[in-house]
Amino acid sequence: MAQEQAIDALGQFKLTTGLGGLGRVSEFTNSNEMMLLAAVIVVALFVVALRRRALVPGRLQGLAELTYEFVHQMVLDTIGPEGVRFFPFVFTLFAFILLGNVLGLFPYFFAFTSHIAITGALAVFVFLLSTAVGFWYHGIGFLKFFSPPGVPVWLLPLLIPIEVVSYASRPISLSVRLFANMTAGHVMWEVFAGFMLLLVASMGAVGAVASIIPLGLNVALAALEFLVAVLQAYVFAVLTCLYLHDAIHMH
Amino acid sequence: MDIDSALLARDLGAGLATIGVAGAGVGIGNLFGSFVSAVGRNPAVRDRVFRDVLLGFALTEAVALYALVIALIILFA
Repeated sequence: MAQEQAIDALGQFKLTTGLGGLGRVSEFTNSNEMMLLAAVIVVALFVVALRRRALVPGRLQGLAELTYEFVHQMVLDTIGPEGVRFFPFVFTLFAFILLGNVLGLFPYFFAFTSHIAITGALAVFVFLLSTAVGFWYHGIGFLKFFSPPGVPVWLLPLLIPIEVVSYASRPISLSVRLFANMTAGHVMWEVFAGFMLLLVASMGAVGAVASIIPLGLNVALAALEFLVAVLQAYVFAVLTCLYLHDAIHMH
Repeated sequence: MDIDSALLARDLGAGLATIGVAGAGVGIGNLFGSFVSAVGRNPAVRDRVFRDVLLGFALTEAVALYALVIALIILFA
């Protein structure tokens, strides 16, 4: 019996084509739909919120200004004053991932950040950009980044490979962190919702009353998932800033 | 009843992979324990320290999820 009613926890991440017939021709998936929606919402929010440019901001303008100042302060604190030129990039990244995470929490919406292809692409771009910035600022001297100062010479053959490996594993940890957080959250929701069905199917009316427990857990998980969605966007942006800081200041 | 030993080994492996979550549990407990004692000594820094705590929490939680990803790969890939 358990085999027939196994919970299909990963089915929610399947890609389907969106936009009807046009989507089938151009292979436009539901993931692309959500990405487009996230981008449109970010742009529209800022266009609408900042159109009036009131001296005393209303609620919408306040929201836009708070987000802007939050990320701006984060860039200033983490990279330093010369990092402000990367602020547009970091802000775009933060807003896109935040919208993707939060939109994915709504029922019937697709969480595009729960696909390693998307987080991987973002992380590889951050990695290539920070490496390019390092070589741009320091030329070939950026390679000194891999030999920390004040280390005895005989230790270098051991230390340099370790530094290179830890540097090269940055895009992996950056992408897997975001992808795993979002996937795990959605899978947990699905599993606890599946418990409710299993309880009702196996114990009838008693099970229906008892399924209040997984329902309550799901409500608590919803709060945690909102925290995680915002936090992971913040972590992604902060780590991007840290990598850029490493590239500009060499440790 | 005959048992498919390959399936059994796969499920055992996935179960073993989740042992890694214990480390993240220690880490998160340590993090918040240190936070409580830091705020106990100096309540004024609460907000400033809490930002770093959240960052540390997210980074530590990710380690647990690496173990989960390994378990899922064993089970489904």
